[in-house]
Amino acid sequence: MISQRIVAWNRIKALIVKELLAVLHDKRARISLIAPPLIQLIVLAHAATLEVKNIHIAIYNQDSGSYSRELIQRIAGAPNFTQIYYPRNEADMRHLIDMETVLAAVQIQPDFSKNAAAGSASVQVILDGRKSNSSQIASSYISRIIGQFSADVSQFHGTAPTQQAVSVFRAWFNPDLEYLNYNVPCMIGVLSMILSLTITSLSVAREREMGTFDQILVSPLQPWQILLGKAVPAIVIGIAITSINLVLALILFGIPFRGSLLLLYFGMVVFVTAIIGIGLTISSITRTQQQASLGTFMFMMPTMLLCGFSTPVENIVSWLQPVSRIIPTTHFLIIVKGLFLKDMPFADVLTHVWPMALIAVGTLAIASYTFGRRLE
Amino acid sequence: MSEPFTFSRQRFLAFMRKEMLEVWRDPSSIMIAVILPLVLVFLFGYGVSLDANTVQIGVSLEDTSPEARSLAYAFQKSKYFDTRIERTHQALEDDLVASKLRGVVIIPEDFTRKLQGGRQAEIMVIADGSETNTAAILQGYAEGTLATWIASRTAERTALPDELSPSGITPVVNVWFNPEMTTRYTLLPGSIAIIMSMIGTLLTALVVSREWERGTMEAMMATSLRIHEMLIAKITPYFLLGLGSMALCVGLSIFAFDVPFRGSLFVLLLSACVFLLCALGQGLLISTIARSQFVASQIALMTAFLPAFMLSGFLFEISSMPAPLRLLTYILPVRYFVAILQTSFIAGNVWPLFWQNLAAMLAIATALLTLTARRTAGRLD
Repeated sequence: MISQRIVAWNRIKALIVKELLAVLHDKRARISLIAPPLIQLIVLAHAATLEVKNIHIAIYNQDSGSYSRELIQRIAGAPNFTQIYYPRNEADMRHLIDMETVLAAVQIQPDFSKNAAAGSASVQVILDGRKSNSSQIASSYISRIIGQFSADVSQFHGTAPTQQAVSVFRAWFNPDLEYLNYNVPCMIGVLSMILSLTITSLSVAREREMGTFDQILVSPLQPWQILLGKAVPAIVIGIAITSINLVLALILFGIPFRGSLLLLYFGMVVFVTAIIGIGLTISSITRTQQQASLGTFMFMMPTMLLCGFSTPVENIVSWLQPVSRIIPTTHFLIIVKGLFLKDMPFADVLTHVWPMALIAVGTLAIASYTFGRRLE
Repeated sequence: MSEPFTFSRQRFLAFMRKEMLEVWRDPSSIMIAVILPLVLVFLFGYGVSLDANTVQIGVSLEDTSPEARSLAYAFQKSKYFDTRIERTHQALEDDLVASKLRGVVIIPEDFTRKLQGGRQAEIMVIADGSETNTAAILQGYAEGTLATWIASRTAERTALPDELSPSGITPVVNVWFNPEMTTRYTLLPGSIAIIMSMIGTLLTALVVSREWERGTMEAMMATSLRIHEMLIAKITPYFLLGLGSMALCVGLSIFAFDVPFRGSLFVLLLSACVFLLCALGQGLLISTIARSQFVASQIALMTAFLPAFMLSGFLFEISSMPAPLRLLTYILPVRYFVAILQTSFIAGNVWPLFWQNLAAMLAIATALLTLTARRTAGRLD
């Protein structure tokens, strides 16, 4: 009995070693495994910013008074506006917007200074609706400048009402609202998903395409043992590369890590297992590498949109939110961000670990069942 | 080496037919051309939005006077917030850590006392900085809610008719092309670019690298087919598949999701063709570099899918990226395609913009296809 168990474990161990070698022996495969996540972290963490900087705007001034001159100076002096165009007429202004040269235009009408001196005047702000998100943010910058200008003007005139109440704003966990502090932890989670998924779904499919998977199936190994032999190397590689990204995040990006590293690894192991369960499920129902690879994409694309990275989960239409919650990545992103920035306590981490654990168990069971059925 | 052979229409058509059949018989290529567009268009059309709908906040009402209560009520009835009111901030702050709330507004005990004593009263707005974008939006919403509350309070107390109080200088915001700022209108055209990159680059890279992996590419090279003929026959089915799924996306966007289409269909078709040439060229190039499908799919993921998703300007603004990344986007065909798509859907015909972007894509397509033809020819030696 005992010796049987030892034999079984030795077999699994041999399979695991074989799998690791299969993934790592080829230099190209090795490079294509390790390099992309690192490059992606470095490049894409900077790309995914919803912050709007370096804005080009147009100011079309039809007024010759001192008020418009002052307002233009203030807008032109704002750090977010790096390039200001001064169209001479409406057609020029339209052209600048049409060509996406500018994100927004400010139009000051001929009677602006006269009206401003009298106490109420308006400024036209024209936004490019093709860039609905960023032009809205640009508009809020412009409105803020105009609001400040308006307050200063009325103070000058002596009509300013005294401020009765103000709000003091604090952003906890990330006081300067630095985007990298948000992006880098998120990217660690997303890249870990992409990597683990690709390794597993392609490794089984490749063997199947070459016929070597049948050889493993007819070996004395049980389906669950084969599954373990496929899952463990992928988990090891997934965690190893995620660890490299973690080090990059801490050293290269200097992202603060406030939580417990142990908890992060606890969450990571469960997460990677769940993703690998999904990868194995995909590969258990596909026959070729092409199908496996496309199946992976079919899972990955909606996940990228629903996991809370590109858009917060609460912004997703309410009837789609349950779908977000059955994606392990959604939970892992909360854990990664929570542990990096918030020092999330164990209990909160646990509430997001158990859904991932359920998914892991469920998908591994499905994969094991489907592999087993192929034997018959 | 291919000079001695002459072009044979029959041979070429037979080979093309074989390639077409191969694509048609593989369910996964149909899946990616039909199901994936459906899923993505559905997600962008219904689910995903960049606007913060309602932000979940907690208000800690530590002052019980009517004034403080009316301010808390102002937060509660604001359409921007989903508000929970408590007496202390401890529980609310714990929920902020647990990501159950995105912000906490504290109305302190001395709020009314300061307000009535003529001193400046303060409320505290704490946002969850780990959700950076929402935090920035929340700040604006909270300031707006407070300002509105102050204005209505002042109006009540002074009972001054509105037209007598000077309103100051106000911005009048006017959104061109998309007055309601519907993000769906900008996201759906953008998603077309993602789908076409996937079909063009990923599918081609996989299929052709499989041929290399199995050695059938060399076998085909030994036939009397010319390299150019072979490449054309290989990419034509995917070219058609790409156009088909674009037609599906465009149709769905316009008819199911009411995205306006104001530009010219001819330009759309032309730019889709040029973009597909870029994507297919990229896929072929990847397949000649990668020796296995695994490596090919990794490279396709990194050079086609993620750039289309993140660097094309449809989700994240290119001008906000750091300078090296901005430069990088100039060599990505998807950037030009997204500009054409968004403009022709929402803005209409802006001819100079169309020509500029088309010319850029054409240049990239030429470069990619030339490079591929050279590399493929060189692989045999």
